Amino acid sequence: MSDESRAERESRKTRTGSDGQERPVSDEIETDSDIETAIRENEPALITYITAGDPSLEDTKEYVEALDRGGSDLIELGLPFSEPIAEGPTIQAAINRALDAGTTPEGFFDLVDDLETEAPLLVMTYYNMILQYGDEADVRPFVERAAEAGLSGLIIPDLPAEEADPLREACDEHGLDLVFIVAPTTEGERLETIMSQVSGFAYVQARLGTTGARANVSGATHDSLTRLSEYDVPKAVGFGVSEGDHAAEIIEAGADGVIVGSALVDIIADSEETTEGVDRLEAKAAELKRGARRGAGEAVDAEDVPEPEQP
Amino acid sequence: MSKTTPDHDRDRNRERDSEATFGDYGGQYVPEALMPALQELEDAYERYVLNNEDGFMDEFRERMRDFGGRPTPLQRADRLSERYDREIYLKREDLVHGGAHKLNNALGQVLLAKYMGKERIIAETGAGQHGTATAMAAAHLDMPCEIYMGRTDINRQRPNVYRMRMNGAAVNPVTAGSGTLKEAINETMRDWATTVETTHYVIGSVVGPHPFPKMVRDFQAVISQEAREQIQDQAGRLPDTVVACAGGGSNTMGTFHEFVPDEDVDLVAVEAGGSSLEIDEEANLAPNSATLSTGTDGVLHGAMTKLLQSGDGQIVESHSVSAGLDYAGVGPELSHLVATDRVTPVSVDDDAALNGFHRLSNLEGIIPALESSHAIGYVEKYTDDLGDLVVVNVSGRGDKDLETVLEETEKRDLEAAPDVEVFEQ
Ligand SMILES: Cc1ncc(COP(=O)(O)O)c(C=O)c1O
Repeated sequence: MSDESRAERESRKTRTGSDGQERPVSDEIETDSDIETAIRENEPALITYITAGDPSLEDTKEYVEALDRGGSDLIELGLPFSEPIAEGPTIQAAINRALDAGTTPEGFFDLVDDLETEAPLLVMTYYNMILQYGDEADVRPFVERAAEAGLSGLIIPDLPAEEADPLREACDEHGLDLVFIVAPTTEGERLETIMSQVSGFAYVQARLGTTGARANVSGATHDSLTRLSEYDVPKAVGFGVSEGDHAAEIIEAGADGVIVGSALVDIIADSEETTEGVDRLEAKAAELKRGARRGAGEAVDAEDVPEPEQP
Repeated sequence: MSKTTPDHDRDRNRERDSEATFGDYGGQYVPEALMPALQELEDAYERYVLNNEDGFMDEFRERMRDFGGRPTPLQRADRLSERYDREIYLKREDLVHGGAHKLNNALGQVLLAKYMGKERIIAETGAGQHGTATAMAAAHLDMPCEIYMGRTDINRQRPNVYRMRMNGAAVNPVTAGSGTLKEAINETMRDWATTVETTHYVIGSVVGPHPFPKMVRDFQAVISQEAREQIQDQAGRLPDTVVACAGGGSNTMGTFHEFVPDEDVDLVAVEAGGSSLEIDEEANLAPNSATLSTGTDGVLHGAMTKLLQSGDGQIVESHSVSAGLDYAGVGPELSHLVATDRVTPVSVDDDAALNGFHRLSNLEGIIPALESSHAIGYVEKYTDDLGDLVVVNVSGRGDKDLETVLEETEKRDLEAAPDVEVFEQ
């Protein structure tokens, strides 16, 4: 971590883009997107994920509130789908628990209706769940309901930009962000196209493969952030992040936010009681947020972020 | 920051749509990490398969002849013809090396992977026929190979598990869900998302994201290219009806492809009716795999197609006595051909399939795969719905199924079955 790298990043943000256009500096937020605002204002941002309905929707409500108190700037809620091909074993198991508990899209939306968090909420799910909501195979009813429930955006890991027109149009109409993933394999023209369509933030996939907590930060993360450095859009890195130190390293490497999922889902899975899970989630979020701020070269004030209580 | 798509991107998307889809079906619904690999595959498919660059198709045809045993015969089935009082011809894909049509595709894709400079092959398998074919092709072409197979399928298709191992492939058991083909595909996609830069995923049917459905169909189209010529030579005209079983639909598409423009030829896709055509939403189970007949539109494993799913969009577990048909999805092109009334979807239940198995075995001396037995079961049960000249695809041979057939036959009273108790001593 260093002030230098922070300064370098600031200067990158004012650089002329590849299209020859002057880019606005990041402090002037020119967006109507809750998500982008949440990231830019809280930079470095912490984005947390858990699966809705794991182990029940009532527990999810308490867990989300804990993540919010712990310092999450955005919260992704997974709406479980039976074939989660982009998830590793941890989230796959959480999805199975949620489905076994009878989690439905309606139950999910009722939960979101009930939640009052400071952090904006996004839904992460698979495309078939969007299509099937309502009577016909159509994306609109889901997007309408999501907007009504107060969600700020969607992340659909099996919907590449090439297939996204119908959903993007519906999201545009309702003012929701549709977040795209940038993988280590995304390069050249595809990268240009995706970056020109960024909505909310670019979800930078830290490594090839599926979700899952890892012990270290992948070299692919650094390569991806270097590749993306000329684009003035918020970039958040996910897939494998599990500790405050990872968060620090990722922010220092030039990300605007870190995304953590499996490490939180693991906490839920090992907690014997909801109260224990709530405490540990809040503490973990705080640890991650502190790590992120350390990575940004900020003096981490103990007053600012709650100290973890030892469970 | 702009949230609307620039016009030039929309045009590009529209142009691409016509190539990646069949009417409303198809597309590329996969994690972003796989998109460049699909692009690379599409380029290779165009260059090598469609344009025969570097003589790819010549080499493929030669290997299919010398290693694979093509062409396969179109055999007049004399006793079936007599029994059903019409001309019945069997396209003998059970005689392809490995015992099923699956080698047509597996050899094509492994060879293509080689041309593309890939270093490793992965595949999923249900009945084990595709896994076996892929393992054979990989051994033949000297490529390392790993196969994902559901636990349930490993238990009911053991001979094929042994064959894969004999041919040097690793077999990775998949325990999620009901341990069948759907779960095996999920796991193979996860592997591919991790290893995509060096690995080719040999998908086993006309399913998955573009360009797989088109490419697999093209490798399988040899079935109908041969059959169409053979029937004209042997019977002097085109058939009235062509019948093939449909799991993912690769032998179906292969058998139908050349006949699609022949509007007078009826194309009948026989699905697994299992024990019932109803979905049990409570149990999250379709006791059948009759996707074309009963499914609804949705996205699974990379494509928009017909699916067995709950009202909420969860994919339900399918069931069939035959592992190779036991899948909740189907190829997008078949969905399209059904939606446009070119292909008629029908189904027969487990009992009729087992009866078809015995019928072909004792009348013609051909022991068919339980998958193919659905096509025979349909011919037996719905004879009157067929024309005078019928081609039935026997997609594979049934050696792999003997244990299941004995076990299942004992539980039933089947007209065509021999006394199986003798095996129980
Ligand atoms: C002999 C045989 N026939 C048919 C099938 C069903 O697959 P498809 O519908 O793709 O031909 C299989 C699948 O394993 C098979 O082994």
